[in-house]
Amino acid sequence: MPESSVILDATAISRALARIAHEIAERNENSAEVVLVGIPAGGDALALRLGKLLTDIWKHPVPVGSLDVSMHRDDLDRRAAPNVRPTVMPFDVNGKTVVLVDDVLFSGRTTRAAMDALNDFGRPKKIQLAVLVDRGHRELPIKADFVGKNVPTAPDEKIRVRIGEKDEVTLERK
Amino acid sequence: MSWNIKDLLDIESLTAEEIVTVLDTARAFKAVGERAIKKVPALRGKTVVNLFVEPSTRTRISFELAEQRLSADIINFSAEASSFKKGETLKDTALNLQALNADFIVIRHSASGAPHFLARTLAARIINAGDGAHEHPTQALLDVFTIRERKGKIDGLNVTILGDILYSRVARSNIWALMKLGAKVTLCGPSTLVPKTFEQMGCRVTYNVDEALRDADIIHLLRIQHERQRKTMFPGIGEYTQLFGLNKARLAKTKPDALIMHPGPINRGVEIDSDIADCERSLILEQVTNGLAVRMAVLFLLNGGKGPQEVG
Repeated sequence: MPESSVILDATAISRALARIAHEIAERNENSAEVVLVGIPAGGDALALRLGKLLTDIWKHPVPVGSLDVSMHRDDLDRRAAPNVRPTVMPFDVNGKTVVLVDDVLFSGRTTRAAMDALNDFGRPKKIQLAVLVDRGHRELPIKADFVGKNVPTAPDEKIRVRIGEKDEVTLERK
Repeated sequence: MSWNIKDLLDIESLTAEEIVTVLDTARAFKAVGERAIKKVPALRGKTVVNLFVEPSTRTRISFELAEQRLSADIINFSAEASSFKKGETLKDTALNLQALNADFIVIRHSASGAPHFLARTLAARIINAGDGAHEHPTQALLDVFTIRERKGKIDGLNVTILGDILYSRVARSNIWALMKLGAKVTLCGPSTLVPKTFEQMGCRVTYNVDEALRDADIIHLLRIQHERQRKTMFPGIGEYTQLFGLNKARLAKTKPDALIMHPGPINRGVEIDSDIADCERSLILEQVTNGLAVRMAVLFLLNGGKGPQEVG
């Protein structure tokens, strides 16, 4: 039975997202240029939540998309084929500031794949990265612009993010 | 859903869950085909050999475009211009392809079981693009994909396959796929081309075309294969058209939302009226579009390695 401890509860997640939303607003003066793109499966719900928070801050709707990155992964022949999820990009990314949203930043390989996948849709002016949890162990020179919480982990531990009926982030040890 | 299959040899050995995994994956690849940039790097650096020992145009073109859209390197190998003419065996050809480090071999062959033989012999991933009268798995996958997309489900639908079924690998693969996904399958055609033995697979067999079409949600027409000559099987094309061809009078007696499919190439005026082939109930060209997405999905899934899926 793996040992599990709560890293962030629902209140802490709400607070972290509110802070990230304000940091995104502070960093990007031209709010009309900003679009949010969630990386499925974990980043989708978070991107929608951040979209609502930023809409309240900026007083105008903030477009939210969803970008599946599995066709751009660099480990496709090393693991079982990933589940491919729908990509929905209901806006032109050319000239936009795209904020990629993911739940956990780990090796950085998903983020790299996301940047490649995004290029197929155009040339954004800037790409920024927002994550709820940064757990370390980067394998690529990638750094998040907005982080909900830094969590030191061992490589074989698991971070589980649940967003929905009960928001919760847990750390599972073997 | 997790995919741990090395080769796609037939539908018979797939589970319903595996079929659904292909269909779900294909949905994402269909969306890729609707973008400005229709290419993804999933098979970058992989070599695919299209080994078409039996001639084919549409299946080969579909596979070739699917491979190109996945960024694979491609070698096309056809019966007419190959060493088969010089007497090389399939095994020797295959070993030569393996020596070139081919990662995938897409094979069409007139002998049933040729892809299975290659799968036993080679390390490369094998995709059956049609073997004799046995199976044509990607055709069945694109057909059930098309049905699911238009009807929202497969389970409980009545599907009638009409025509030259005896030697049809398309029919065999479709029967397997449809039955595994819960459809009720009816077969109809001249009794010489639709033997009762198909009832053993769980299908209904009838020689009364009106009865076969009455409850159908999907009418799947098969071409009379002139090239595999049927002179002894039925009196003539004219009589076939009269007895089994889909015309306006027959279509009027079907369910108003019944949809028409055909694997192509169609013979206008033989198994299908020209007007019907072009009507809004015909899915024939959607099948072609979906075939591309399904073949991309199959290549993508087979490219996966062993072990668990990546998360995070």
